[in-house]
Formats: sequence, structure tokens, C-alpha cells
Amino acid sequence: MKPVQALRKFFQHDQLFDFLAQTPPPSLDLSHNIILYLEGLNKSFDGFKAINNLNLYIETGELRCIIGPNGAGKSTMMDIITGKTRPDTGQAWFGQRLNLLQMDEPEIAEAGIGRKFQKPTVFENLTVLQNLELAMAQDKRVWPLLMARLSGEQRDHIDEVLDIIGLSELAAGLAGKLSHGQKQWLEIGMLLMQKPKLLLVDEPVAGMTHQEMERTAELLTSLAGKHSVIVVEHDMDFVRSIARKVTVLHQGSVLAEGSMAQVQADPRVIEVYLGE
Amino acid sequence: MRILNSLKNDKPGIYLLATLLAVSIAVPILNLLVPANSAFHLSTYTVTLLGKYLTYALLALAADLIWGYLGILSLGQGAFFSLGGYAMGMYLMRQIGDRGVYGNPVLPDFMVFLNWHKLPWFWHGFDHFWLAALMIILAPGILAYVFGYLAFRSRVTGVYLSIITQAMTYALMLAFFRNEMGFGGNNGFTDFKDILGFSLREDSTRIGLFLASAGALAVGYIISRYIVSSRLGLACVAIRDAESRTRFIGYRVENIKLWIFIFSAVLAGIAGALYVPQVGMINPGEFSPLNSIELIVWVAIGGRGTLYGAIIGALLVNYAKTYFTAALPEVWLYALGGLFVLSTLYLPKGIVGLRQLRGAKV
Repeated sequence: MKPVQALRKFFQHDQLFDFLAQTPPPSLDLSHNIILYLEGLNKSFDGFKAINNLNLYIETGELRCIIGPNGAGKSTMMDIITGKTRPDTGQAWFGQRLNLLQMDEPEIAEAGIGRKFQKPTVFENLTVLQNLELAMAQDKRVWPLLMARLSGEQRDHIDEVLDIIGLSELAAGLAGKLSHGQKQWLEIGMLLMQKPKLLLVDEPVAGMTHQEMERTAELLTSLAGKHSVIVVEHDMDFVRSIARKVTVLHQGSVLAEGSMAQVQADPRVIEVYLGE
Repeated sequence: MRILNSLKNDKPGIYLLATLLAVSIAVPILNLLVPANSAFHLSTYTVTLLGKYLTYALLALAADLIWGYLGILSLGQGAFFSLGGYAMGMYLMRQIGDRGVYGNPVLPDFMVFLNWHKLPWFWHGFDHFWLAALMIILAPGILAYVFGYLAFRSRVTGVYLSIITQAMTYALMLAFFRNEMGFGGNNGFTDFKDILGFSLREDSTRIGLFLASAGALAVGYIISRYIVSSRLGLACVAIRDAESRTRFIGYRVENIKLWIFIFSAVLAGIAGALYVPQVGMINPGEFSPLNSIELIVWVAIGGRGTLYGAIIGALLVNYAKTYFTAALPEVWLYALGGLFVLSTLYLPKGIVGLRQLRGAKV
């Protein structure tokens, strides 16, 4: 470009400089009804193949259970989805447009993937309500936090979540006083406060009583539809009670996929996992 | 208005502020209006002593804000107190003018004694109160910013952080001991004459300083209470109890820590600035790590994580200190150590924990 033209362009009033016009981040596109694509993923740790050519698709609003023996790659898969671990090769897409492999952990959380860890960690010296208030999607910089007040809309959202997790009556009590099962639900509630599109739930019923397990099953099935949910669980009875579709992982790849009945009838699955 | 609203659920805080107000009204009357031969007369010595306690209480409040609510056990909070004190001291030194021993209109006595011929650059402007007031806030604030930025960004926590805060105050003490620093070496500053044109020998000036200390403590308490009852305060407690979890739900832990740490340092600096004109001197001994540790003992004895507990602890322990060091000087250190051990063993929530204990029994 000639200098005169460049100068003219510089002084045009109706145009922004390129560096000022930031491209907006692509939004979540669910037009093909698939919320998560994992394709050809490989990941090895010191020569051990934790993930081996893994392909997995999760539909929007689906409740998917993932089972598999220890070391089948369940946790590594969750780590890849949430950005904690990077795969050696392969693709991971959230909807049509968001490339998970190019995003870091906070960005992925912001985009709408929430993860509940195995061990519940709630803030024990705060009330149930305050726990949810902190977990809420909001401006988390220092000054806005200092000035923040609970708006009616936010309060409604908290009430709604309290209702879903069944802790409305305990809202003013300290989180440290809750039972193990209630803490797990509060943790799921904290996840819901961030309005995630996809929930990753790691062993939700470990250490729960039978009643608590039933209650958790109800909770997770009620979440499906509005959210997409991936549950990793060891407890077969629990999986049977909630699963519509089960994926069996073995040695880092998908061994079988289908309804619980289909999977249980599969001879390879029986051999590696259920048959023992 | 919202700031005052946060006091609504803080009964002990309201009692404390009411007591502070009552004392602020009673002390001037008893000192200035009641004749000196009356039994109810309050001596100026006592007024100054009370004022000194109040500045200690403000310092304890600053320490409790970061220790009780954020889990930062700073063993260097005395450094910020001393920096505020030195900034005020520099102003007071410039106010002496030609009334010093050597009668030099510009140079403070210690500079004449060291054979210096002109004022070091950082002493310029300290004859203006506004600059001194600015430095009382900026000097501790900037040190806290730099120190906190480096420490919190590198995720230094727990005992390690306590040790480096202690190293910080120790390093500052050694630096201020040097004559070449230009802060009066081991003698520090003393022999002040007046502040804002009022003679420091006048009873009314002493009362003014006492009231300023009470006011600073009240305002500091109200702002701190507002902070801990805001959503930022919730985030602080969350960081104290489960730091990585808080980070995981999207909070910039190091920023929150940094800003509360800076606020605490500024409070400590203001306390130091009010302390110096009342005790009439400041020297590098104030930077001593021992002072900062003693401060933590006040907070622990009073009750950590309550704000008012820190104030009560500072007042009680310092009253005891005044009493014991006069009556049984050799016993004081043992008494302080004993108090600390006893309160850790039997009163983990400090003196204010007694109230909850009684409540639980009823």
C-alpha cells in the first residue's frame, strides 16, 4: 500500500484499528445436537498409554455413564476435557466451534463445562447459602466483590438450586455440619450455580448410604435434559438405576457402548470387567 | 449507609463502638474540666497511655483482618506500623525548625551531628503535613504491594510466608539502624515540639491525639467489618479454609490476598503515625520481629477472626504489660508467655470465645 493511502486509512473516522476490534470468542454451537466430540485422542505417561485412540460423542441433554476398571483412562479423559491435561494427538470439541485443546482451565469452565471431583470440598465455615453465593457465575474481581449485593434474580437462582439439591431447609446452616451425602449434593449445587452446559461428575455416590444413593440418582436424572451429564461411577447398581446409555472404557479406548442390558450382554465386557 | 448496615448483625462491635464513644466523651471532660486536685481528675499521662493503647488496638485489628479472615500469619506487621511512624516522625522533626539543640533551621539535629550539610532528597517536602499524611499511607501500602505481589504470586503460604514477613521486618530494622540511611540511626527521632502548630506539651493537644486515635480505630473497625461481611469477606474465609478450591471456582486468590494485605498494612501505618506523637519518639527497635510476634499474641489472646477480639486483646494485654512492668518487671515476659500458653490450651478462641462458651452451656 502506498503511504498516502495508508495515511488516509489511518484518518478514516468510521473505521476501527485492527488491534482495537477484537474478534469475539466463538459461542457454543449445538446445531448438530452433539455437545462434546472426542476424536482419536491419545495420551501416554512415560510410555504407558492412558488414552488410546479414544472416540466419544455426547449428545445435548444426555445422561451418560462411563464405567471401566481402574486404569481404564476415565480420569485422564476428564482431565483432557477440563484442560488439566493435554492429549498427545486427537481432537476435543465443545459443540461445533469451541476447540477445547486451545483453551485453558478457567476458559473451559467459563464456556460451560463444570466438574465435580470425587472428594467433596465445600467451605465448611460458611453457610450452605454462602457456598452457593460464592460459586455463582459473577464478576470475581476484588472491587466488584466488595460492592456486590445479592440481586433478586441471583437469589431466585440460588433458591432454585437449593430446591434441586434438596437443601432448602439447611440453607442458613454451616456447610461443615452437613452429612457426607449432603456435602456431595451441595457440591453439585455449587456446580449448577455456574450454569454449566455439560457436567462431569466423578464418583458421586462413593461412601453414600442407600437412601442417599437413591436421592442422588433422582438428582442426576432430573438434571439431564436441561444439562448434559457425564457420570463416572464404579457402583454397578447405581449405574443401572440411572443409565440410559453406558460407555465401557478399557485400556484407554471405548470397549462397548449401548444400553445397560446390551453392554452387560457383550462378551468382551463380561471378560474384562463384569465377569470377574 | 451500606457500610453501617454491616454492623447490624455485629452486637459486640456495636458495644465496642459505643464504649469507644463514651470514653471519647468522658476522657476530655475528666482531663480538661475536672480540677487537678479532684479525685476524678484524669492525668495527662493516663490520657497518653490510653491513646497509645488505642493505636495498638488499631494495629491488632489490622493483623486480625489478614490472620483471622485470610489465614495470612504475618510476623512482620510491625514493619508497616513503624513505616507509618517514621513518616510521621519525619514531619515532626521538620516542625522542630531552629528550636533543636544545634539551632539549624533546616537540618534535624542528628544530621548536624553527622556533619551533613544538606537535607537528603527524600526529606524534602516533609515539612508539609499533607505530604507526610500521604506517605503514611503510601510507604506501608507500596511495601505491602511489592512484597505481597511477589509472595502471593509465587503462592508462598503458611509458615514460609510467616518466616519471610519476619525476615522483611528484620531487614528493615537493620537498615534503619544505619546512620547512612538518613533516619537517625539507632536513636531514631525524638524531642518533637509540635504537630500542626499545636504544642505537644499542651494537654489539649494530647486530648486531640487521643481522640484522633479513637476515631481512627472506630473508622478502621467499621471498614474492616464491612469488608469481612461483604462477598469479598466470604471469599477471604473460603481462601483461608480451602485455597485451591477457591481458585478452582474462578477466584484470583492472589489478587484478593494482595488487596486485603495492602489495606491491613495501611491501617497499621496509620496506627504507627498516631503512636509516634503520643509516645514522643520512634527508633528502629519498633521494627524488631519481637514486636510483631507480641502483636500476634494480643490477637490470639483476644480471639482471632472476630475483629473486636483483637481490639480487646490488645487493650488487655497492654494494660497488663503496663501494670506488670511497673509492679513486677522481671515477671512480665513469663506472664505474657504464660497467658499465651493458657489461651492456646484452654481458650483457642481467645477471651471473646468465653462468651460463646457461656452461650453454649445455657
